Amino acid sequence: MADIVLDEITKRYPDGTIGVDKASFEIADGEFIILVGPSGCGKSTTLNMIAGLEDISEGELRIGGQRVNEKAPKDRDIAMVFQSYALYPHMNVRENMAFPLKIAKMDKDEINRKVEEAAKILDLTHHLDRKPANMSGGQRQRVAMGRAIVRSPKAFLMDEPLSNLDAKLRVQMRTMVSKLQQRLGTTTVYVTHDQTEAMTLGDRIVVMRGGHIQQIGSPQTLYDTPANLFVAGFIGSPAMNFLPAKLEEGTFRTPLGDLSLTDELRSKLESANAPRELIVGIRPEHFEDAALVEDHQKARGSVFTAEVDVLESMGSDKFAYFAVEGEQAISDDLADLAADAGTADVPGGDSGQIVTRLSASSTVAEGERSEVWVDTGKIQVFDPQSGKNLTTREAAPATA
Amino acid sequence: MADASSTASRKTWWVVADIVVILYALVPVLWILSLSFKTADTITDGSFIPRSWTFENYAQVFQIDLFTSALINSIGISIIATVLAVVVGTMAAYAIARLDFPGKKLLVGVSLLIAMFPQVSLVSPLFDIERAVGLFDTWPGLILPYITFALPLAIYTLSAFFREIPWELEKAAKMDGATPLQAFRSIIVPLAAPGVFTTAILVFIFCWNDFLFAVSLTSTRASQTATVAIANFTGASEFAEPTGSIAAAAVLLTIPIIIFVLLFQRRIVAGLTSGAVKG
Repeated sequence: MADIVLDEITKRYPDGTIGVDKASFEIADGEFIILVGPSGCGKSTTLNMIAGLEDISEGELRIGGQRVNEKAPKDRDIAMVFQSYALYPHMNVRENMAFPLKIAKMDKDEINRKVEEAAKILDLTHHLDRKPANMSGGQRQRVAMGRAIVRSPKAFLMDEPLSNLDAKLRVQMRTMVSKLQQRLGTTTVYVTHDQTEAMTLGDRIVVMRGGHIQQIGSPQTLYDTPANLFVAGFIGSPAMNFLPAKLEEGTFRTPLGDLSLTDELRSKLESANAPRELIVGIRPEHFEDAALVEDHQKARGSVFTAEVDVLESMGSDKFAYFAVEGEQAISDDLADLAADAGTADVPGGDSGQIVTRLSASSTVAEGERSEVWVDTGKIQVFDPQSGKNLTTREAAPATA
Repeated sequence: MADASSTASRKTWWVVADIVVILYALVPVLWILSLSFKTADTITDGSFIPRSWTFENYAQVFQIDLFTSALINSIGISIIATVLAVVVGTMAAYAIARLDFPGKKLLVGVSLLIAMFPQVSLVSPLFDIERAVGLFDTWPGLILPYITFALPLAIYTLSAFFREIPWELEKAAKMDGATPLQAFRSIIVPLAAPGVFTTAILVFIFCWNDFLFAVSLTSTRASQTATVAIANFTGASEFAEPTGSIAAAAVLLTIPIIIFVLLFQRRIVAGLTSGAVKG
C-alpha cells in the first residue's frame, strides 16, 4: 500500500496533440479516488500513465514516495482491472488468478492458499476450474478482480470495470467493489464515465475534460459547489438546469421569469465583479410545487408559472418537465456536455426544457399551468465566458 | 421465411454440388492410386479398378535407393524449413500486428512483393549464387529459398491471428508482472496456436510439394527431394515402364501430408475460421 502523487503529469503524443495537460493531484494511502469525465477527456490516459502502460511525457509520478516514471509496469507493483476483463481465455479461473503469483515465482502452496483466499472473498470457490468462456459477465468481472487482489499490490487501477455489465448487475458489483476496497484498504484509482458510479464509490472525485482537471473534491463538494459549468452539468442526475440570466435591479431576468437574489449572492457577485449577462444553474430538487411551500419559506425564493410538459412519477417524488421559451444558455462547457451526451440536448438548453423534482404529494398535472417555487438561496451563478462558478469562487477554486 | 420444401430442395442441391466437387478433386487421386496397384501389363487397360492387384510397384519404388534417400531429404528439408519459417514468421507477424515501428509498411510491402515474385525468374540467379558460395546441392541450399518464399505466407496468416488477440490481454500480463517475453510466451503464443498450426501446415505443404527449386538447385542424392526423384524415374532407363512406380511414389508422397492434416485437423479448422472472420 502506498500513496500516489501526480506532479504536473503531461501526455504529449508524437503528432503534438496533448492527451493530459499538467495533471497534479495526490492520492492518499488507502484512498478510493475516481477519475471521471466524458470520453476523450484523458482519464484513461492518466490511468495508463500511472500503470506504466503509457509513457509520461513530462512531470513526475511517485508511488510510495519513489519516482516511477521510468519503471516498467511489472516493477511498480500495482494491479489493474480492465474494462474487457482481459482474462486469459486458455487458462481456467485458478490459473488466471495464479498467473501474477506464478510470474513472481511464489511457491505452489503459497499460490494455492492465496488463490483460495481471494476466491473466497469474491465467492468464486466453486468456479475455480472453469474457463472464462463459460462464465457470465459478473463472474468474469470477479475473476478479474481476483487476479488483481491475490498479489496484494500497492494500488489497484480500475478502467471502467463495470461498464460491460447490465444495469442491475452493475449496481450489485458497485457495492461489491466498494466493500472490497474498504476491506482491503488498498489505494484505488477508478476510471469511469458514469457520474453515478463516481458519486457512489469515491472518497474523492477528479473531474477531467479535454486533458485538464476541472475540479477535485468529495462527491458532496462537487455536487454542492461545482467549480464551473462543466462540473455542474456533469455531476448530478437529472442534470442541473441552466438558464441565461440578465442581472438587473437586483433580480435575475430569466426566460422562466424574474428570480430574486439573496443578499449573500448579491455581495458575492459584486465582489467577483460579475458581468451583467450570466448563466444560472438550478438543481431539480431546488424546485417545489408552490402549493406545498409554506409562506415563510416562499419568501426565500421566487415563484413562476409554466406549463408542465411531461410528468414522471417515481413514487417517491415527481419529475416535472417545463417548457421554457426564449433564449437558452450558451457556453462552450455546455456544448461539450451536449456533445458527450450524444445529443444537442443540453440539460435545460436547446430543447428549452427544465427538470424539476417535486414532492410526491404535488398535484401538478401534464398540460396544465402550474406555480413552481424556486429556492433562490441554492442557485449557482456562472460566468458564460469562462464557465466559472461565481457563487462559490472562494470556496472551491478551479484547481483545488 | 423459406418453407420446408424449398429448404429440402436447397439441401439436395447442395449435396449434389458437394458430390461434384469431391469427385472432381478425388478422381485423379483415385486414378493414381489405381495405377499404383496395377501390374505392368494391365497398366494401360483403362480400367478404373485394377483387374489384377499387385504391390510390385511399391516394392520397386523402395528398391530404387535414390527414392529412399530423396524421401529422407524431403522430410528433413521440409521440417527444418517449416520450423524456421514459423518461428521467424511468428515474431515478425507479432511485430507487424502489435508494434508501430518506422518502415513497417515497407516491410509488409516487400514481403508481399516476394510472395508475388515469379519464382522461376529467380532460379538461374540462385543457381549461380549457390554454386559460387557452395550451397548448391546441399540441404541449406533448399531450406533458404523455401524460407524466403514461405515467410510472406507465414507472416500474413499469423498477423491475422495476432490481430484478433485483444491487446488488453498483453497489458494485463504486463500489469501482472510479466516481462514482454513472458507475456508473449505464456499468453500470446498459446492463443495464437491455431494460427501457428495452420501456418505450419501451409508452409510444410509448400516445401513438400516444391519441384522448381528442388530440380534446379540439387543434383545428387545428397539433397535431391522426392518430387525430383519421381521425375527422374522417367529418365532412369533401367525400367521400361515407370508409370506404375511413379504412381506408387506419388501415393507415398501424399501420405505424410494426409497424416499431418488429419493430426491437426481440428486445430486447422478452428484456426482457419477464426482467422477468416476478421483476417
